[in-house]
Amino acid sequence: MMMNGKHLSGEKPGSSKIRLAEQITGGPSGQPIQIMTHQILGYPDFDTNYEMIRLFQESGARLVELQLPFSEPIADGPVFLHANQASLASGTTTKQCLEFAERVVTDFPGLSFLFMTYYNVVIQYGIEEFVKACAAIGIQGLIVPDAYPEESQEFMEACRKHTVEPILIVTPYTSSERLAYLSAETGGFLYCAARKGVTGTKTSFGKETEAFITRVRSIAKTPIAVGFGIQSGQDVRFLEGKSDIAIIGTQLLTVLEQEGLSGVRRFLKTIIPA
Amino acid sequence: MSEYKTTFQTISAAAEALVKDDGYYGNYGGSFIPEILVPAFAEIKEYFEAIKQDEAFWQEYCSLLADYSGRPTPLTYADRLTEYFGRAKIYIKREDLNHTGAHKLNNALGQVLLAKKMGKTRVIAETGAGQHGVATATAAAKLGLSATIYMGREDMERQYSNVFWMKRLGAEVIAVDYGSRTLKDAINEALRDWVSSFETTHYVLGTASGAHPFPAIVSYFQAVIGIEAKEQILRVEGRLPSWVYACVGGGSNALGVFQAFYPHENVGLVGVEAGGQGKGSGRHAARIAYGEGKAGVAQGFKTLFLQNNDGQMNDTYSLAAGLDYVGVSPILADLSERGRVRFTAATDTEVVEALEIIMKTEGLIPALESTHAFAGAFNDITESSGSDIFIINMSGRGDKDIFNVAEGLHDDEWKAFIRRKARQFENSAR
Ligand SMILES: Cc1ncc(COP(=O)(O)O)c(C=O)c1O
Repeated sequence: MMMNGKHLSGEKPGSSKIRLAEQITGGPSGQPIQIMTHQILGYPDFDTNYEMIRLFQESGARLVELQLPFSEPIADGPVFLHANQASLASGTTTKQCLEFAERVVTDFPGLSFLFMTYYNVVIQYGIEEFVKACAAIGIQGLIVPDAYPEESQEFMEACRKHTVEPILIVTPYTSSERLAYLSAETGGFLYCAARKGVTGTKTSFGKETEAFITRVRSIAKTPIAVGFGIQSGQDVRFLEGKSDIAIIGTQLLTVLEQEGLSGVRRFLKTIIPA
Repeated sequence: MSEYKTTFQTISAAAEALVKDDGYYGNYGGSFIPEILVPAFAEIKEYFEAIKQDEAFWQEYCSLLADYSGRPTPLTYADRLTEYFGRAKIYIKREDLNHTGAHKLNNALGQVLLAKKMGKTRVIAETGAGQHGVATATAAAKLGLSATIYMGREDMERQYSNVFWMKRLGAEVIAVDYGSRTLKDAINEALRDWVSSFETTHYVLGTASGAHPFPAIVSYFQAVIGIEAKEQILRVEGRLPSWVYACVGGGSNALGVFQAFYPHENVGLVGVEAGGQGKGSGRHAARIAYGEGKAGVAQGFKTLFLQNNDGQMNDTYSLAAGLDYVGVSPILADLSERGRVRFTAATDTEVVEALEIIMKTEGLIPALESTHAFAGAFNDITESSGSDIFIINMSGRGDKDIFNVAEGLHDDEWKAFIRRKARQFENSAR
């Protein structure tokens, strides 16, 4: 609980006790769109992850998705696939990821942190223990694309119990009936994957994306985030006033790999105007 | 038309004994798929339910099996092998005589037919040993669909003759350069293709694994193996076998031959996994036999996977590319837990020894995968008596393994031949 700028009861800043949805005020309300950035933990190394997060905070991003690497990341395209595998090859463990997250949650109080990973990482840690650990650290949401909600009741219940938001994904192919179900089950926001396919390749934002977002809006009870294939400031401008959050993933990593941290700083300026 | 009697009633009777509509087999199975694939799976479930009742579909399938693939395959009495051990009578179910040389075509024909019913124009598949890739490329050519096959770079090197055939059959073969560059990585790449292509494309999964309903679909299309074997053994011996042996990669040939025998509690079912370099070596794919597989969720389903404490999949290894898979059919994981299927493993060394015995006593050349079933049976046979009957499922023929076997047997004449051939190609290239 935050009061007069002071944290009470020893709770961490950005604690999951503050509901994620309440912190998302962008989109149609006329506020500027919020940016969610992404990092694969341990790639290229934790120090670079830390510096990236510092840049995210400086540039005005609001949410950060930290991906715990998995050996079989089936929803990820080549850039993330490589990063997952390189991170694991350098010895990244779940424990290191949790420790790192604890540090950045404390050091960057202006940001809300979420975890993205695959279900087996959660299962092997122990579903409830994992969610509990996330809550204790101050992780606010969990994006687990292969925790198919109908088959993952234990996970969904643990999230509810420990007040960590399970973020569910919808796509242009999701039926309206299912969309209603998913939007009722999701936590802080609904993650709209703008197209089919894996992460990475460009999405052409246009009439179809707009129709998709409009359809989601008419059903969703939560704020919405649009991701998959956002590569430029222009893509973000397109989403402004339509989506509450824009998610930038692969492009950030590509810029980091090609132009280093200073390139990322420049890129973020084009995405998030001051 | 040959008199091939297998009908959809016999197939469904055998398969329905094991497959579950909800996709759960005890603690295993399920469908842990990313949201984007939900409509694709809904469509497959709908069409699979429909074809289960569709006599015309099974007629078409069975006539392809009979008139194109060459079924029924024989059950060969291995008299010289039986004499060699002097214990149980050994019969061999000859899936090697199926067109394209392995049981894989049973499933590929069924699923490509299903794909056509769904209005798809393209199929994709993963392959380890290349047999499923060849089968899919063949079925696609025969039924007029285009095919793309994903194969780990490591497996392409190990089974290049199959790569060659897939391409000649008109399929596109894509090398997978990620991870361990073997079967599991080929599955991941096929899934990545599918999430962007499912509107036009069916994923012909090659084994009884993956998200529901794939284990059920593959079990249905492989059930013919056991149906035939049961009829054949009853005809020649007038009784059921004591034990049925099959190798287990993902589990399709094993479930194929086991299903018809499953209701007969006195028939022992044995799955033989790839022991590679042995227990404790960390270089094997024996998920159940070595007790090292742990329950987890990956590639869309829950089963026993070889993984570390963080849930990262381990690298697997086997001389046989087709058995080198990190998970196992959820149906088999459950049958093992319920004590209905016994699991053992055969090491590379045992497999090479077994292969030499089979070739010299029976004049048969089983695939390295299938040789695991033989090696498993040979390890048990001293415990048997003359009144026992063994059926060994020879899931495929070994022509594809000529390079690996020549290497394993240190055949210098073959190596010299390869060198000559290479020089010849180099000279003609100049
Ligand atoms: C001849 C043969 N047998 C067995 C297998 C293993 O697959 P499954 O366990 O699905 O039968 C393969 C796989 O490539 C194979 O080619």
